[in-house]
Amino acid sequence: MMEEKHIFSILVDNEPGVLSRIAGLFSGRGFNIESLCVAETTDPEVSRITLVTTGNPPMIEQIEKQLNKLINVIKVHDLTGTEFVQREMALIKVVAKPDHRAEILRTVDIFRCKVVDVGRDHYTIEVTGDEGKINAILSLLKPIGIKEIARTGIIALFRDPK
Amino acid sequence: MKLKGAQIMLKALKEEGVDTIFGYPGGVVIDIYDELAISDIRHVLVRQEACAVHAADGYARAGGRVGVCLVTSGPGATNTVTGIASSYMDSIPVVIFTGQVPTHLIGNDAFQEVDTVGITRPVTKHNYLVKRTEDLAGTIKEAFYLASSGRPGPVLVDIPKDVSVGVADYKPSKKAKLKSYNPTYNPNVKQLQKVVELIKNAKKPVIFAGGGVILSGAAKELTELARKTQTPTTTSLMGLGGFPATDPLWLGMIGMHGTYRANMSTGECDLLMGIGVRFDDRVTGRIDAFAPHAKIVHIDIDPTSIRKNIPVTAPVVGDCKTTLSKLNQLLNKEKLGDLKKKRKKWFDQIAKWKNTAPLAYEQKKGVIKPQFVVEKLYELTKGEAIITTEVGQNQMWAAQYYHFDKPNHFITSGGLGCMGFGLPAAIGAQLACPDALVVDVAGDGSIQMNIQEMATAAQCNLPVKVVILNNGYLGMVRQWQQLFFDKRYAETCLDFAPDFVKLAEAYGAVGLRATKPEEVEPILKKGLFSKETVIMDFQVEKEECVYPMVPAGAAVTEMLLT
Ligand SMILES: Cc1ncc(C[n+]2csc(CCOP(=O)(O)OP(=O)(O)O)c2C)c(N)n1
Ligand SMILES: [Mg+2]
Repeated sequence: MMEEKHIFSILVDNEPGVLSRIAGLFSGRGFNIESLCVAETTDPEVSRITLVTTGNPPMIEQIEKQLNKLINVIKVHDLTGTEFVQREMALIKVVAKPDHRAEILRTVDIFRCKVVDVGRDHYTIEVTGDEGKINAILSLLKPIGIKEIARTGIIALFRDPK
Repeated sequence: MKLKGAQIMLKALKEEGVDTIFGYPGGVVIDIYDELAISDIRHVLVRQEACAVHAADGYARAGGRVGVCLVTSGPGATNTVTGIASSYMDSIPVVIFTGQVPTHLIGNDAFQEVDTVGITRPVTKHNYLVKRTEDLAGTIKEAFYLASSGRPGPVLVDIPKDVSVGVADYKPSKKAKLKSYNPTYNPNVKQLQKVVELIKNAKKPVIFAGGGVILSGAAKELTELARKTQTPTTTSLMGLGGFPATDPLWLGMIGMHGTYRANMSTGECDLLMGIGVRFDDRVTGRIDAFAPHAKIVHIDIDPTSIRKNIPVTAPVVGDCKTTLSKLNQLLNKEKLGDLKKKRKKWFDQIAKWKNTAPLAYEQKKGVIKPQFVVEKLYELTKGEAIITTEVGQNQMWAAQYYHFDKPNHFITSGGLGCMGFGLPAAIGAQLACPDALVVDVAGDGSIQMNIQEMATAAQCNLPVKVVILNNGYLGMVRQWQQLFFDKRYAETCLDFAPDFVKLAEAYGAVGLRATKPEEVEPILKKGLFSKETVIMDFQVEKEECVYPMVPAGAAVTEMLLT
């Protein structure tokens, strides 16, 4: 069966131990987590977890059901297959030798990202977008030399009907 | 009213109707024990903490209520893990209270500190660390509600010392309120209508029921469904007693050591109705060869059970009792015709399978057959005893040769298969049902895992009976070695064993022994009808095997018969 990538948006009680319940569920049952983002919502008692995973359809069904079974999970949305917006942010530290600087800045411009820190021999670039955009800029910067990178993982929300 | 945490806890327990706690004291629960000493809640002092959970498990199953345990932090808590895991796998409602080091020491590697909530997370339905005395009552309310509702299971409440010593206002909490927990009891009627159609069109239906039927108290509704639709019925190990074994529609147990006719029926049926089951691998054998010609109905309260292991034609999420009684109502409106006549060919086929390979064993002169002991036990108790088991061959022979007509009479560690379960579970069952005859069918290996509980039984004057099928081996493992490892009996011979008769006596109980077939009945009579705790040591055939057997990884229809 085909493996598919799914984005789950999960509302949970904002209390200690909830994240380990979710992580434990995934490791204990052999599901994989590609990325995971957690933060409080407007209700301080509730957090939103955005979790990206891959699996075949029965596995994805199990993941959704198993998440729902956890007592601290309030709501689970499988966003994949619905209308949603997704964003990820990355901070990329690139080697910036004098003869590469112009090229780096051009790329930054084209991708509408920002240079947020400049050092003697590096730039730190902030890029926001969907995964595709981040992967694209990474592939362009790679030949120039990436020193370090930090990615947030995907966050996503349903698109409400217009 | 301001009360101490320990007092609040006991008040909250009384509100839940708790009258018995299984436990073992220690430093951080000493305040709770101090309150227990002047409370009218009975405390049963087990001799090892896993047994507190096993006993609470037996108490819950026999008595149909939540079992309760109380142990100390650190080693007390870690000892409970085996018991909790067994109750978790079998979905038994148990609430476990563990003491914890004071909140200000948590995380400091304090004396007898372990991360109990972390360790037990994967084997509990839910667990709590109570951080403030004022949260205690509400947490206890939630714990009991979670343990006993939906798909039941163990819930653990970890109580730091300062929480049980601290004071808070106490007011009885009303209802547990849980934002997101809302088990589905009522089935979707459209889905049920689909099931009705499937039943009407089936020529060769089979019902396969499990522990869910016992847990939801649906034995009556299941029996009604089977009889109304003239559907041959099998159960898993956990479902034994959910359908009367004396009914002509009874197929016997399904699975690795199921009957020939039960397993063959699933291979041939065109409709399989799984009710309160989870299609465990010990039931299905090779999964792609399980019920290959059947449309499958799956009724269960836990949505994760459905389509976890097998594809399903008609999934129904709901409580077994509620769902089956709705289904029966719907069926009452249908014209089903003369089903006995319509199903004649199917019944004939099943009768043929029954005659080809009935459950049987060979009697041998001068040697006690273990199956014979269980058969006699069944006869002498008229099938009315509560049977607990250990794990291994003894468990399978108990399941095969004791015939259960009523639910809650067969208490076994099904999912975890945990040796040492039977004796403490029997203690719990006996406390829940003081007038019942409670018998632990044991193996010589398993009984030694928790033999110390003889002290608990004797101290509490519990007339629990232990029937050891003493084959001098870790028999079930030896059987696999005989069949699949050229009889290389690696570490399964138990010829160094204690004298169980003397051991019983050392615990202040009665010890009896039978070595010849003609002694079986008199020893059973003497032991079973005594008012004391009794161990009966039956020295049985050493290398007997449990048949039929589906080798691991084979289809359930590929059985070894002898
Ligand atoms: C705690 C635990 N350890 C190991 C096993 C593996 N095991 C399953 S059956 C069995 C043999 C049990 O021997 P005995 O109690 O004498 O029962 P018999 O099969 O001989 O009736 C063993 C070791 C287990 N189920 N539980
Ligand atoms: Mg043995």
